Amino acid sequence: MDAQSLLGFAAAIADGSISVVDLTHTLSPSFPTIVMPPELGQCAPFRMEEISRYDERGPAWYWNNLSMGEHTGTHFDAPIHWVSGKDLPNSSVDTIPVASFIAPACVVDISAQAAANPDYELTVADLEAWEAAHGRIPPRNWVLLRTDWSKRLGRDYVNMSEDGPHSPGPCPDAVRWLIDERDVHGFGTETIGTDSGQANHSNPPYPAHYFVHGHGRYGLQCLTNLDLLPPTGAVIFSAPLKIRKGSGSPLRVLALVPRRE
Amino acid sequence: MPVTVPYRRYSTNTAHWWIGRAVHDVVKGAGLRPTDIDGLSVASFTVGPDTAIGLTQHLGLSPRWLDNVPLGGASGVVALRRAARAVQCGDAEFVVCVSGDTNHVDSFRNMLTTFSRFAQDAVYPYGSGGPNAGFALITRHYMRKYGATREDFGKICVAQRANALAFPHALMKKPLTLDEYMTARAISDPIHLYDCVMPCAGGEAFLVCREDAARSLNLPYASVLGTIERHNAFPDDPIQYRGGWAMDIDELYGMAGIKPDAVDFVQTYDDYPVICMMQIEDLGFCAKGEGAAFIRSHTLTADGTFPHNVSGGQLSVGQAGAAGGFLGLVEALRQVTGTSLGAQVPDARIGLVSGFGMITYDRGLASGAAILAGAGA
Amino acid sequence: MTKPLVRPKRKDPLKKTREPLLPHGQRSRTALGLTAAAAEGRFALQVCTDCSATIYPPRDACPRCLSLRIPFKDVPNGGTLLAETTIRTSIDVYFRERMPWRVGVVELDCGPSIVTHLHGDAREGERVRMEFKLDRSGQAVAIALPERDTPNMADDPEWRELTCDPKFRRVLITDGRTGVGQAMAKALSAAQASIVFVGLADPWKPFPGEAALKAIERVEIVPLDMTDSVSVDDIAGEIGGRVDILINTAEHVRAGGMIERKGLNVAREEMDVRYFGLMRLAQAFGPALRARGADGVNSAAAFVNLLSVYALMNWPAYGAFSATEAACLSAAQSLRTELRPGGVKVMNVFSGPLETEWYQSVPPPKVTPDALANAVVDGLRRGLEDVYVGDIAQDVRTRLAVNPKAVERELGA
Repeated sequence: MDAQSLLGFAAAIADGSISVVDLTHTLSPSFPTIVMPPELGQCAPFRMEEISRYDERGPAWYWNNLSMGEHTGTHFDAPIHWVSGKDLPNSSVDTIPVASFIAPACVVDISAQAAANPDYELTVADLEAWEAAHGRIPPRNWVLLRTDWSKRLGRDYVNMSEDGPHSPGPCPDAVRWLIDERDVHGFGTETIGTDSGQANHSNPPYPAHYFVHGHGRYGLQCLTNLDLLPPTGAVIFSAPLKIRKGSGSPLRVLALVPRRE
Repeated sequence: MPVTVPYRRYSTNTAHWWIGRAVHDVVKGAGLRPTDIDGLSVASFTVGPDTAIGLTQHLGLSPRWLDNVPLGGASGVVALRRAARAVQCGDAEFVVCVSGDTNHVDSFRNMLTTFSRFAQDAVYPYGSGGPNAGFALITRHYMRKYGATREDFGKICVAQRANALAFPHALMKKPLTLDEYMTARAISDPIHLYDCVMPCAGGEAFLVCREDAARSLNLPYASVLGTIERHNAFPDDPIQYRGGWAMDIDELYGMAGIKPDAVDFVQTYDDYPVICMMQIEDLGFCAKGEGAAFIRSHTLTADGTFPHNVSGGQLSVGQAGAAGGFLGLVEALRQVTGTSLGAQVPDARIGLVSGFGMITYDRGLASGAAILAGAGA
Repeated sequence: MTKPLVRPKRKDPLKKTREPLLPHGQRSRTALGLTAAAAEGRFALQVCTDCSATIYPPRDACPRCLSLRIPFKDVPNGGTLLAETTIRTSIDVYFRERMPWRVGVVELDCGPSIVTHLHGDAREGERVRMEFKLDRSGQAVAIALPERDTPNMADDPEWRELTCDPKFRRVLITDGRTGVGQAMAKALSAAQASIVFVGLADPWKPFPGEAALKAIERVEIVPLDMTDSVSVDDIAGEIGGRVDILINTAEHVRAGGMIERKGLNVAREEMDVRYFGLMRLAQAFGPALRARGADGVNSAAAFVNLLSVYALMNWPAYGAFSATEAACLSAAQSLRTELRPGGVKVMNVFSGPLETEWYQSVPPPKVTPDALANAVVDGLRRGLEDVYVGDIAQDVRTRLAVNPKAVERELGA
């Protein structure tokens, strides 16, 4: 690849022939975070404390201090986040090879099934049907699970009942297949967590976290606008903050998509 | 010759000025010089942060006897008692007893908030911002206990006003009818407007010396036949209906060698008419509880059957702070020396002056009385 | 007979709000013994150890025997109203705008005569019950009540001025998610609050009792996240001018001491909910509360903190929690002085362990949410500043007054 091609790529973004789609929710205090059982440590929700706003605390400037967890809002999961990935090399956000932060994506749509059944889990059959329509999932591609869950607001988004949250995700076999059979780069969802809401009852519990991170691969969660992406051809930019020994971070996830004429 | 510095409702002058003027007038009127004055007694609420000692330098006096009398309405009688003893035993020759207070627009309010610890803790938080409520309670209780009526109190006030009309220094210049008294606006039930004194600025002073000194200076003078003083009397009375005089009244008349019927006029301390009535009882003119009946059966003007507060008292002249405790005594001196500035009680030879004051909580603590006699008595 | 209070009309938005004024608040140090008694609703006077005289006004030596041993003790509060007066005019600005105002002098059964405010039904010549209450300056004043309760007693203007009665006032309960928050909403509605705002955070998280809470009469749910400054500021901007009584029910209880709880995450949450939450409320709601202390029948009246009694002395089994509560107590003391210019009371309600999930393993006696809520309503009606609810809280308080070091050791045993 020569310098001209790279500049041509930048020009294409500038003139809109490559469209940039924002897959990120705005970080705000009202965005739900994952809730652990009360006895366990909790992920901090996003909070802003104003330092000054052109006032006696700082006459000509406006700025804020922030607090949040690594897994607050739209965020990236590194392999070190899960017990199955804890001993892998280059497994924290500061040591992951940076080229990994740019990768193409396949978008698998189960929004209809999820609308009918909040606990719907992606199956191997669903993936095989997708491939029949769009071709084989290439190696080292993100697989992003479109459920249109990001269009839900508040209570319906988390969909919490007495027995926990009910939201869609992948079944254990589907995850294993994506890793073993398709060398997937990482798995991304619109829900809180790459796993389904009831995945603590799966075998193994939280199979997406378990297998994806156990194989040194990555997760993206609380994505939005997946319905604006083509099934193939989008390139994802998803560079987390370079946090020392970080297990993940909130980030800006951008998809580059060729503009349709 | 006692002096009165003409009262003013409000004054931008200081108490030092009022006191200074009174001292100047009494010294000059006696034909003396300031260096002749070797005794000084001062009573004032507003001379702070000074007391008597500060005034020695301020006024250029070098006394060998000095007293500060912080007893409000009892100041005159007590100042007289102390000065008389000093002169009697040779501690001083010429004692000026002076009282003066200024009255700025906020003097009254400022004084109330710092009057006493009990007033701060247990009175001021209860609404009145002044002694009116406390005396309303005393008045109300007295009325219920003894059947006195507002008309009875009104008669005292109306008579004093009549007396005041002849007195040149009185701030109240219009006559007062009983109807006006009864229908005046309520201050704190049952006390209405004309039951209350008007705070003002003013000064009063008199000279105390030996009889022969007065004669050699050709000054009209009075003698003290007897005096008493008592503070915090009857502390177990649940509410005040009698004052210290009731404890020592026999000693007063015994010392003077007279009975109450020998008294030609009475100057009570009149912060409120109920206190006048109480003094008339406790000073021996009638039994406790019969004050109202006594008032109903006597006339209280200077020419009446029981001349009372014959220059008008504070209720009609005005209350110049602590000088209100001198007002009755100064008038008594004028009456028995035949030098009244206003109405003259005919053949006034013996006068009784009573002092009362210092309501630090719920009752007047200080009391005193003196019987004065003119030269011809 | 007391005229029943009329529910106030909506405020005229064009009229200037009456500024809060305070009665004279200076007291001698000894007289503050009455303030301590009034804060807890006790009737106490100095009683001479040597001659048993009961003494008033407060002073520094016995007026009967000159003894210097004259501590404050609870005394019988009966007496007879000897005389009353209705004050019509005053040079004191606070009372001037509250005329006419009745005061009287009561002869107490235990001895002294006391100048006192009067409830409208206290009659001259008749027996009365005396109470010490905190006036708007936060200092003790006496008020005489009729010997027996009379109809609409709490509506008497002099009484209402000395208390924080929720009747016809608007209340904000900061967290309705918990059992305590829900019991509080129920109790304040029953106490005739005209609106009970109930704050809820994380609306996407359901909780038990939600339906019943929303069904309580005059409850209005509002979004309020005590850990989010923006949330607190936003809701204060919307309803702050209509909150007369604020009751902070946000709770965070976890066992564990300084060493035992690994990491600072729980402690951060704890401080964020409890201490910083209180600070957020103070900044967001404080100025409006302070400005509306004299704003008619539904004037701003009180800021209520629910505190663990272990704020007063650390209980190491819940050691980190106790420390957070202590921070809240100190903050509440500052807030008390900061709200005083508005005549708004800060009421601290101390309790021991509650009958709630995070005290599950603690043996009884424990305080139920209903008992706590009832104590809050009672404290508001009586205008108290310090309330101790339940056996444990009263026990700790009693022992602290005798020997704090002993309490420290015993709580650590």
